[in-house]
Amino acid sequence: MINFRKLILPLLIVAFALASCGGNDSQKEGSNQASDVKSNGILGAGATFPYPFYSKVFDVYNKEKGIKVNYQSIGSGGGIKQLQNKTVDFGASDAPMSDEELSKSPAAIVHIPTCLGAVIITYNLPGDPVLKFTPEVLANIFFGKIKKWNDPNIVSLNPGVKLPDLAISIVHRSDGSGTTFIFSDYLSKVSPEWNTKPGKGKSLDWPVGLGAKGNEGVSGLLKQTPGSIGYVELVYALQNKMPAAQLKNKAGNFVAASLESSSAAANIDLPADMRVSLTNTDAANGYPICSFTYLLLYKDQKYDNRTEASAKATVDLVNYVIHDGQKYAQSLGYAPLPDAAVKKAEDILKSVTYGDKTSQITVFNNSIKNVAVSRK
Amino acid sequence: MIPAITFKNNGINFKEKAFKKTLTLLAILAVVILIAIFFTLLINSFPSLKALGAGFFYDKTWDPVADEYGALPFLVGTLLTSFLALIISTPFSIAVAIFLGEYYKKGIVAETFKNVIDLLAGIPSVIYGFWGLFVLVPVVRVIELKLNLPPYGVGIFTSSIILAIMILPFSVSLSRQVISMVPDNLKEAAYSLGATRFEVITKIIIPYTKSGLFAGLLLALGRALGETMAVTMLIGNTHSIPTGIFSPGNTMASVIANEFSEATGKIYTSALIEMALFLFVVATVINVIGKQIIKRFTI
Repeated sequence: MINFRKLILPLLIVAFALASCGGNDSQKEGSNQASDVKSNGILGAGATFPYPFYSKVFDVYNKEKGIKVNYQSIGSGGGIKQLQNKTVDFGASDAPMSDEELSKSPAAIVHIPTCLGAVIITYNLPGDPVLKFTPEVLANIFFGKIKKWNDPNIVSLNPGVKLPDLAISIVHRSDGSGTTFIFSDYLSKVSPEWNTKPGKGKSLDWPVGLGAKGNEGVSGLLKQTPGSIGYVELVYALQNKMPAAQLKNKAGNFVAASLESSSAAANIDLPADMRVSLTNTDAANGYPICSFTYLLLYKDQKYDNRTEASAKATVDLVNYVIHDGQKYAQSLGYAPLPDAAVKKAEDILKSVTYGDKTSQITVFNNSIKNVAVSRK
Repeated sequence: MIPAITFKNNGINFKEKAFKKTLTLLAILAVVILIAIFFTLLINSFPSLKALGAGFFYDKTWDPVADEYGALPFLVGTLLTSFLALIISTPFSIAVAIFLGEYYKKGIVAETFKNVIDLLAGIPSVIYGFWGLFVLVPVVRVIELKLNLPPYGVGIFTSSIILAIMILPFSVSLSRQVISMVPDNLKEAAYSLGATRFEVITKIIIPYTKSGLFAGLLLALGRALGETMAVTMLIGNTHSIPTGIFSPGNTMASVIANEFSEATGKIYTSALIEMALFLFVVATVINVIGKQIIKRFTI
């Protein structure tokens, strides 16, 4: 007994040390892992939404180039955190990083868009009609102000559709998610009231409705609740053949969600850093709730004891995704980048450097140009 | 011969010692890990402790967009689901415990029942969640329609029923043990005085095992507080304080599971970790009290 009492203090110290130095250990480990490309491959982590697309492209890349890419779909937030801790070669996020997140990162980070995602409005009504919504009506439904399906506001938009006298119940995502971010970003743009409260984010303080985990949770609850309305990713809706509403875009056209109308939404004047929201864009044929999904990497690839080989491999991989990889997008339910977006993404990738050795940067730029030319 | 024997003895001694050392080391490691988890939670919740203070426990708004974190709705949700589950499961667990501890102590019937109830503890919670979603939710929706309530189907009540089933094996296994430990001479004395079986159960067994039964319920409560997956699927996940047992709500464990992976921002992450710390402390306290009662009972 006495022995164990003596042990308590050292035990506490060891435990405390274990708890407090966890972060540093993982950092060191990560940078070592990233240093040897041939044996360890390239390490990435982040968004779950583009995972099927990435895993296909990375698989093909591995077969062509013999470099393995290990991508963990742990969520955008996790991807950003891991990139900030430098435990991965690249991160991935559905929403562009905020200014605050960028300022907290140890070095400059660039955003490379890889494909587009869209969020559709789906519902459980008898006969699965195709409904039309204006932004105002949609916002009022999600505020809980429009309570019944036969509300005059909905009926007047949908002549010819027989709408039942049924209460509207809202289903939203309960888990923090890029899908919620895109949807709330849209509502914040079209409704000043939504912009003040609840605003836009990955998790919100929703005015009304039930939460369910993941696209499958939302669709499950929708299927069980007559008169419910919710939002899911376009990919998921296409795979499961869910009814989807047409939305009135900024140009005044009612647009159905599709891969084409998502790509069309990006036909706008894009900013140089590509950190742009694609909701409610000016594009005439664009679906209004769209977003790029991004790969994130450090602008200066020389950090810690990272080798030039792994820096090159990472840039080459990203380059592959925005060029050759694009052809796999459509069949998997993702909207490919429009040409203008590919061009801008290329420019950003060319600005990525390895240290301040100018010769090596030109090697970089040349290799990208060559690759880009030969593949076009 | 003699030197050979001593040599052999030395070998055994060495093996004994090495074996004992290994055991001690592994046992200590388990304790160290537990303490390390506690400190990890404590250190990582400092930013939120500093920024939110006690408001964390009584603020009603949980709004990650506005950076406001009040955990009261989840505290209420956790307590409501856990205690409701306990209330629902108590009659069943005591009935089953008496059935197995007094009426059918041995034989095929007893074995089958014991195994089935133990099996309940082994079912992954996501399966409970699915079953609840597909079977229980429609039933609850019908009840809600009859009571003229909004027919959500999911909510505090639905999750409490599932929790009640999930915690049943935990209270049953302990209650059954304490009931079978009631001394035979006490029961025989009662019978010899002309007591019926019902009287023996209500006048001898239950009073005698009171604290043991209570400890069983307490351990079951600890389990209910921390249950995550099944509750997340059935509770409705709203950020407001539940207004009744049929309204949707949220629990602390379920909020952590839902929001942690995408939580960005120092205070947000830290607030979720603080919630985990609180859950950890409550679960530990409940377990320690439960164990203490059992200890007193068995001595």
